[in-house]
Amino acid sequence: MDVEETTLPGIGLRHDFRTRSGRRVGVVSHHGGRRELVIYDTDDMDTCSESIPLTAEESDALAELLGAPHIVERLNNLGKAFAGIVGEQIKITPGSPYDGQPLGETHARTRTGASIVAVVRDQQVIASPRPDFGFVAGDVVVVVGTPENTAAVAELFRVG
Amino acid sequence: MDIAATFLELGAVLFTLGLLGHCATIVGISPIPFYLLGGLAFGHGGLFPLGASEEFIEVGAEIGVVLLLLTLGLEYTAQELIDGLRRQAPTGALDLTLNALPGVAAAFLLGWGPLAAVVLGGVTAISSSGIIAKVLTDLGRVGNRETPVVLSVLVLEDLAMAVYLPILTALLAHQTLAQGSVTLLVALAALVCVLVLALRYGRQVSRLVHNPNADPNSEILLLRLMGLALLVAGAAQQVRVSAAVGAFLVGIAVSGPVAEGAREVLTPLRDLFAAVFFVFFGLQTEPSEIPPVFLPALLLALAGVATKVFTGWWAARKAGIGTMGRYRAGAALVARGEFSIVIAGLAVVADVEPKLGAFAACYVLIMAIVGPLAARVVEPIVRKITRRSRRKTVTSLSA
Repeated sequence: MDVEETTLPGIGLRHDFRTRSGRRVGVVSHHGGRRELVIYDTDDMDTCSESIPLTAEESDALAELLGAPHIVERLNNLGKAFAGIVGEQIKITPGSPYDGQPLGETHARTRTGASIVAVVRDQQVIASPRPDFGFVAGDVVVVVGTPENTAAVAELFRVG
Repeated sequence: MDIAATFLELGAVLFTLGLLGHCATIVGISPIPFYLLGGLAFGHGGLFPLGASEEFIEVGAEIGVVLLLLTLGLEYTAQELIDGLRRQAPTGALDLTLNALPGVAAAFLLGWGPLAAVVLGGVTAISSSGIIAKVLTDLGRVGNRETPVVLSVLVLEDLAMAVYLPILTALLAHQTLAQGSVTLLVALAALVCVLVLALRYGRQVSRLVHNPNADPNSEILLLRLMGLALLVAGAAQQVRVSAAVGAFLVGIAVSGPVAEGAREVLTPLRDLFAAVFFVFFGLQTEPSEIPPVFLPALLLALAGVATKVFTGWWAARKAGIGTMGRYRAGAALVARGEFSIVIAGLAVVADVEPKLGAFAACYVLIMAIVGPLAARVVEPIVRKITRRSRRKTVTSLSA
């Protein structure tokens, strides 16, 4: 499969590819984080017959439905792929202010800039946990971001 | 200054513009022509001539130009500009020569001389990235395969503005060749410096206006960026490079997530002052001057449509886009707007030619309406033409 990447100056990036069934689908990633799912016309392959704007939350949900578990596999290679971005595992210790609290309460993304991409509990990986996911002591949280940002998340889980 | 009278007038102007903008949205066209018409109505010889608020509107219009160019600079990163120049230089050259030509020719045909030719060449060459971006989004064509072609043409026009504006300012100020070349060199050196700075030290430059760790709210970003833009614009004006270019360079230098945030906080402010700018331009034009220049402006508009469609068609063909996509790219580029008025505005202030303002206003009025319309109707028109020609082939085959 050949995914084509095109920069859209002033807008963002477009990725698209041809499916085996002969359709062309793509995703436009706007600079602000908004996504657009585009499906190309069968007669005129240059035009999209459908373009569906998705909020950040909606595209997360769609990605999850389409097989987000792959994300965890790729996490291991992340350090090599992007310089300056690290994946960090942070253990929730008993007595952490978020022991027993839902993920949404941490506001980790807004407060630190790093993203919680998975939680490991009892050797099981829960990919893309939802905001209502409840933490318990012993969980290992996988965060991705710059070293400073991920360190800030560790601090967040330790002292709040 | 009579505060009461100023407020009453300014309020009436802005409210009227709001109503006109509302009408534009209902009809589905760009509000720019409506703002220009509003300006004409409020100007000398118009329906409701303004008095007390003119002084404010004049300064507001200048700020509008600074904001238009600042947000234009923020739109593209230095990397995108360099990439565009590297990959699409022939397209850019074709676009600028082909589309400046009608303006230059019109100036000579009207007997206006070389200075007006330089101005009109700029007015006809530069597309409106604001209108085009809006049309592409509205028509759901952002994901289309011809869209990168359209955008790269806009990127190159952007860069060309940074070179063209100082040349124009120098010419309009009646500088000698030596003075003019110094101005131009200063501007070019500044452009190169800013591009290098933004590429190498983008993050540090962006820190100058915003530190994401220290100030979480956007008002500090707004104040610092606006302050920096005005400082640089003022300094540029002082050395006769043109305030607009200064603001544009600040926009390029700021990059990354800061640019994204900056665009968000600046957009409402830009919309307000850009509207004031269009009104100011309309104010300086006597409505009675419009009818005599309407026909030449219409002819120039026809030429402008043809040259832009050809540019887009050619660029898209080069990128391997199909027939329909080529015409779509061409039609998308037709719209002219804010930057044509910025260029014409400089010439009007310098009093190049008495009728130039009315002529340019008329041209932009037509093009800002025709542009989005062309983008909408291009598909049915091309489909009709190709179907007819196909039918002809079929009949000739069966015969």
